Amino acid sequence: MRGLLAALLLVVAAPAFADSLLPPAEYANRQLPDPRQEAQAKALMEEIRCLVCQGQAISDSDAEMAGDMRSLIRTRILAGESPEQIRAWLVSRYGNWVTYDPPLDPVTWPLWVLPGLLILVGVWLARKRFRRSKR
Amino acid sequence: MRRRLVLWTPLFLFALFVVVVAYGLYAPPDRTVPSALIGQPAPVFDLPPAVQGRPGVASISGDGQPRLVNIFASWCLPCRIEAPQLEELRRRGVPIDGIAVRDRPEDLAAFLATYGDPFRAIGADTDRRVQLALGSAGVPESFIIDGRGVIRHQHIGVINPADVPAIVAAYEAAR
Amino acid sequence: MIAEAGLAALWLAAALSLLQLFLGAAGVKPGNEALLRVARPVAVAQGALASIAFLALIWLFLRTDLSVELVAANSHSAKPWLYKFAGAWGNHEGSMLLWVTVLAVAGAAVALFERRLPERTLTATLAAQAAIGLGFYAFLLFASNPFTRLFPVPIDGNGLNPLLQDPGLAFHPPTLYFGYVGISVAFSFAVGALITRDVGPAFARAMRPWVTGAWIFLTLGITAGSYWAYYELGWGGWWFWDPVENASLMPWLAATALLHSVTVLATRDGLRAWTIMLAVVAFSMSMIGTFLVRSGILTSVHAFAVDPQRGTFILVLLLFYIGGALALFGLRVGTVKEGSQFEFFSREGSLVANNLLLSAILGIVFFYTIYPLGVEAATGEKLSIGPPYFNGFAGPIALVLVTMMGMGPLLKWRRDQFRNLVNRYAIPIVVSALALLLLMLFAPTIGVLPMFGLIIAPGVAAASLAPLWGRNLGRTPLFTWGMVTAHFGIAVSLAGMASESAFTKETLVALAPGQSAQVGPYSVRLDGVDPVAGPNWTALEARLVARRGDGVAVTLRPQSRMFSTPPTPTSEAAIRTVLDGQLYLALGEEVDGNRWQVRMWWKPFVTLIWLGGGLVALGGLLSLVGRWRRQRRARHQEALA
Repeated sequence: MRGLLAALLLVVAAPAFADSLLPPAEYANRQLPDPRQEAQAKALMEEIRCLVCQGQAISDSDAEMAGDMRSLIRTRILAGESPEQIRAWLVSRYGNWVTYDPPLDPVTWPLWVLPGLLILVGVWLARKRFRRSKR
Repeated sequence: MRRRLVLWTPLFLFALFVVVVAYGLYAPPDRTVPSALIGQPAPVFDLPPAVQGRPGVASISGDGQPRLVNIFASWCLPCRIEAPQLEELRRRGVPIDGIAVRDRPEDLAAFLATYGDPFRAIGADTDRRVQLALGSAGVPESFIIDGRGVIRHQHIGVINPADVPAIVAAYEAAR
Repeated sequence: MIAEAGLAALWLAAALSLLQLFLGAAGVKPGNEALLRVARPVAVAQGALASIAFLALIWLFLRTDLSVELVAANSHSAKPWLYKFAGAWGNHEGSMLLWVTVLAVAGAAVALFERRLPERTLTATLAAQAAIGLGFYAFLLFASNPFTRLFPVPIDGNGLNPLLQDPGLAFHPPTLYFGYVGISVAFSFAVGALITRDVGPAFARAMRPWVTGAWIFLTLGITAGSYWAYYELGWGGWWFWDPVENASLMPWLAATALLHSVTVLATRDGLRAWTIMLAVVAFSMSMIGTFLVRSGILTSVHAFAVDPQRGTFILVLLLFYIGGALALFGLRVGTVKEGSQFEFFSREGSLVANNLLLSAILGIVFFYTIYPLGVEAATGEKLSIGPPYFNGFAGPIALVLVTMMGMGPLLKWRRDQFRNLVNRYAIPIVVSALALLLLMLFAPTIGVLPMFGLIIAPGVAAASLAPLWGRNLGRTPLFTWGMVTAHFGIAVSLAGMASESAFTKETLVALAPGQSAQVGPYSVRLDGVDPVAGPNWTALEARLVARRGDGVAVTLRPQSRMFSTPPTPTSEAAIRTVLDGQLYLALGEEVDGNRWQVRMWWKPFVTLIWLGGGLVALGGLLSLVGRWRRQRRARHQEALA
């Protein structure tokens, strides 16, 4: 029975070709003791893109590198850094691609302008539909 | 006139969409994530030795000269493929320092014994801190870092025989 | 033999489709009325032949006929029969054949049952339908043949991607395809009406059941897809604004606007141009969605097997269909006389606002999804636009829309006054104020969007029931019940979304057998981890005992599973659903010798999200049946008179 368990453990825990043999990083799957810090870390993790995945945040990914990045974020929050500082650090390494929340800048300004523009255009298109009230 | 503009705008926007999407279909698919630090000083790091008898790796090399920093691991299957190319680079005079990511000394020693050992120094990056600090998104990747610690060139993925001349050229340019 | 028969049936169906197109193109010209009569039988025959082709494919999969390349690539003899069956459409070629079949059958249904339209318009509709079908037949026959043979015959197949070996696969794609096909029928009606310049209430009444039916299926498909991803991916996420998810949401948004617009056209003869445009947009969105998902130009965690060559084919189809429809719209809609006018403060006015806001949300989702690709094309820079942008910009607009959804049905047609609205809206306002008070007292720290969601949802839920107040419920038309149910469902879903966002509790621990941890109101203890095996997988299964306070202890068994063909690790979460939420447990890796990573979530009221979706679809069904019954009664009375 134990032999079977060991064999199955080997099968299931066998690394995918992109995973190392070392255990996950310290804070990859461990929450910070202070709930407010953990909430900050979690909010940031949900907005940082996994570098080796097909479109996932590191908060939702099983990839080992995602775990390492989670550990990096939690460790730095524990050390007192702000989420924005950590985000900026990652962006300085990987460009805006690594954050799901790029800042307002010459590349992203159309995204900020579009919603209001769409509504204005819609209102303008619709204005002829209405008959003026008689009062 | 205004009504015509309003009615033909959707068609125009659709044409724009088709152009963007055609680019997506026909441009060479590039899923790599390059480091944003190219041209900038590498972050300060000083890794302990990963194997006995070999020094560790720091952000500025001990002799103030440029070198190739190769990020690899024994568990990385493609890294085995680039071993001959690394040997070729070493033969051409490019000093190679290795950063072993999330590796154990015994596995590393076995890897080097099996696939060759072009490294003059190997640093142990067991928690990926330095890899992330350099803006590297996977293994294998190689950086040309010059004597003052500035990152001059990045090669993502396996170094194929066809890539060797470009890397040698980048090394020469960093001198 | 079966494969060849299937292929032959497919060719015949394509030929009939071509014939149907010619009949329509020739028949709309004056003097060719005889041709019109042939169009209907041809459409019916086409539907039958396409069905034969599809049934042939199902048969091949159920028998695991490995001499057919598609079966060998996607199936396996050891698979459970449900996944052999559903695996027929769990791949590109099979799903395209399903689409074409549903399209052809829908055309046959229109040909058999639609009697209200003038023959010319109906034939033009069938011709448009045939034109759509032809593109897909060509795609299938020339670029995605499902019936190609394989020689030598392999010993066994490659198997089905384990993430797809789930009842969700049996349900999710067909539902969405029924939705897309229904939209394409609505589109054909719009094109037919544009060509024959016959845009009016009759056209709207013919189109409406197809829009409603399609919309019901799209709602179900998206709801099912969300729940499937929630429990399958192992992290408790139910929406990520991923490109594939957006590809299914965009047609739904357009279809919802179209659904409301077509009612205005059918009953009040207003919003003619909007209705046509929305039909074109809805169909365009379903085609664009198909394209985005299958071409591989956007990375997604829900990735299909992608192929840029296929993407090119679909892009060409897109050019023809959408380009053609938009050009036709530009040319013809100027000559469509506008319907009756109404004031801003009226039910029509609120429906215009509804159209507007839905279109704005649609525009935002579409633009944000494509934008990273556009930026990369223009500057080479890589960008990621994710939930913060989508939620931040589309979220508030959606909240405004839901609020207006509560008010619209209470307005009178043509003209109403603001002070009347305030009277009718008193109770919902009180309910929302109460919610606001409770939140300020007990949960002042939750985010802005979830807070607004939790305040608006109960008020709008009450408001959606308002059309029923003071009525004789036994004599209320079924379609009014439908509207009430659907609107109520939206409010319920919003409450679930906001609650999950605001109140989810997460605990990540490494437990040794015997240890326990707390998540929300539950205390969870790990008893042990055992190896288990299934038909095509082996797994490590954790025995987790969960207790709420001093209630009954319940054992949940999440698994870390490894499938055999193809070898793929998955995480099978264990979920316990109770009245006020779900306990969601997932098993991770073993660490430190004998401790196990366990991920635990307590998600209050999360089930409301999908329950709401189900209510929305039910509302659509009640509406559909209600109108059908009224129509039958009207025809019956006409016959008697």
